[in-house]
Amino acid sequence: MTPFSYHRPEAIDEALALAGPDSRFIAGGTNLLDLMKENLLHPRRLIDINRLPLREITPTPEGGLLIGALVGNAELAWDPRIEARYPLVAKAILAGASPQLRNMASTGGNLLQRTRCYYFYDAQTPCNKREPGSGCPARDGLNRMHAILGASDACVAVHPSDLCVALAALGAQVHTQGPQGKRRIDFADFHRLPDDEPWRDNNLDERELVTAVELPPQGYAGHCAYLKLRDRASYAFALVSVAAALDLDGERIRGARIALGGVAHKPWRLVEAEQLLCGRRAEPAAFAEAAERLLQSAQPLAGNAFKIELARRAIVRALGEAAGGTPR
Amino acid sequence: MSQNLPAAGAPAACRILLELNGERRELEVQPWTTLLDLLRDQLGLSGTKKGCDHGQCGACTVLVDGRRINSCLSLAVMQDGAKVTTVEGLAGADGLHPMQAAFVRHDAFQCGYCTPGQICSAVGLANENRAHTRDELREQMSGNLCRCGAYPNILAAIEDALPTLRGQGGDA
Ligand SMILES: Cc1cc2nc3c(=O)[nH]c(=O)nc-3n(C[C@H](O)[C@H](O)[C@H](O)COP(=O)(O)OP(=O)(O)OC[C@H]3O[C@@H](n4cnc5c(N)ncnc54)[C@H](O)[C@@H]3O)c2cc1C
Ligand code: SF4
Ligand code: FES
Ligand code: FES
Repeated sequence: MTPFSYHRPEAIDEALALAGPDSRFIAGGTNLLDLMKENLLHPRRLIDINRLPLREITPTPEGGLLIGALVGNAELAWDPRIEARYPLVAKAILAGASPQLRNMASTGGNLLQRTRCYYFYDAQTPCNKREPGSGCPARDGLNRMHAILGASDACVAVHPSDLCVALAALGAQVHTQGPQGKRRIDFADFHRLPDDEPWRDNNLDERELVTAVELPPQGYAGHCAYLKLRDRASYAFALVSVAAALDLDGERIRGARIALGGVAHKPWRLVEAEQLLCGRRAEPAAFAEAAERLLQSAQPLAGNAFKIELARRAIVRALGEAAGGTPR
Repeated sequence: MSQNLPAAGAPAACRILLELNGERRELEVQPWTTLLDLLRDQLGLSGTKKGCDHGQCGACTVLVDGRRINSCLSLAVMQDGAKVTTVEGLAGADGLHPMQAAFVRHDAFQCGYCTPGQICSAVGLANENRAHTRDELREQMSGNLCRCGAYPNILAAIEDALPTLRGQGGDA
């Protein structure tokens, strides 16, 4: 690690005043320190945000929940309100990383974790995300883990988070604060597709702090499922994951939410596919149509064509599990 | 991240206070020293192991305020004010910690390299009190890899120790 100075502000304004191009915020440190040890990031200044007052989970006036950016991943998954009203969030978190890492990782940090593309992680290889304009060796190289949706010539990386897939499905909002003031960003607009600027993972400004994630009132608690498929049973990133949530009126679908992980540069949601389910009976034929629609624009790379069929079946299975009642 | 040497013109060291294995310690650390390197290199507490140094193996697991974490992915300075327990701090005046004793009884190791991390992780798991079935135990120990594959005995040891620890209300 390249030496840096360390700061531990107690107030948000103080943290924002310290922020700049050569500085980084650190929360759990589980992604940032990893990248610094790999010699991929060399901040001159670390701003430890752990003493900022962002650790609460509070009800919103609309009936949702506001989750402070520093609420830990394990703490969030085990919060009784999350378990009861937003089991999709709890399940997605518990499907990710390890118990030790979940004890360290924060809500804000989870949103901002970088891709696990092997070339991004190897300082010896070119990578457009790391070094703009240097090329993308994954496109014609090892790309089994890479994107089947929304990729560009410049980058085919995927976003590795599980929590974000659930937050995308539920339609959460990200609260931020920066030198220009406070913003609320819809989850769908928070992360970006790579296009020709793959170094930008999201729409957060360099000096902006994530302060909270807001969950809307509807948590689909009775009928949701998070299905994660990976190379081993635990402690591995998703090849494909599905967050599925249904609002049922008897056997009829009143509303549906589906988000995919491991397939694109951001959690993948397609409102048309969800609308296709409205008014239909909750049955495999309908689920298969939604899956078809979601994957219509999928384009495989040499090493990951299997992901399309895997995703198709995962969507049908996750929707089926959700329809049968949230697995406890 | 082996360099603990301050580079020329490097930022100053930080003073931190830890309750380390029950003892109050005032320490001086470089900001980039991980908790793992502080324990092993600066304090000679080599029970905590460095396997991958990237959060992937669990060999470096310690307890911070009773919760298990990977000490390789945390800066020492970030733990200022915390209560840190390593494998060296588990045993009490009356002998081995029940989890350590269970690992011995069940021969839950081969080379032993992963063992301190496994034991600290298992104590953290007991404190969390979230694993009730065998499958849940396995899942919740998935952050600790054992290259020797001693998993069956590790699992048996943890299953054996858990009731005792629950009885004690668990604290480390
Ligand atoms: C071995 C391993 C396996 C993993 N497996 C999974 C998995 O299966 N699924 C999964 O979802 N995740 C997985 N993870 C990733 C883990 O979930 C993330 O590393 C973690 O969530 C990041 O949170 P943190 O608080 O530690 O972030 P940090 O490392 O502290 O920060 C990450 C980034 O976010 C920035 N940041 C942090 N907080 C804020 C804020 N409030 N405002 C603005 N910027 C901020 C930092 O500057 C940094 O750039 C794994 C990690 C490891 C090491
Ligand atoms: S896929 Fe993206 S992150 Fe991976 S090598 Fe290509 S540009 Fe870099
Ligand atoms: S040494 Fe920390 S997890 Fe491997
Ligand atoms: S006993 Fe050798 S690695 Fe576990």
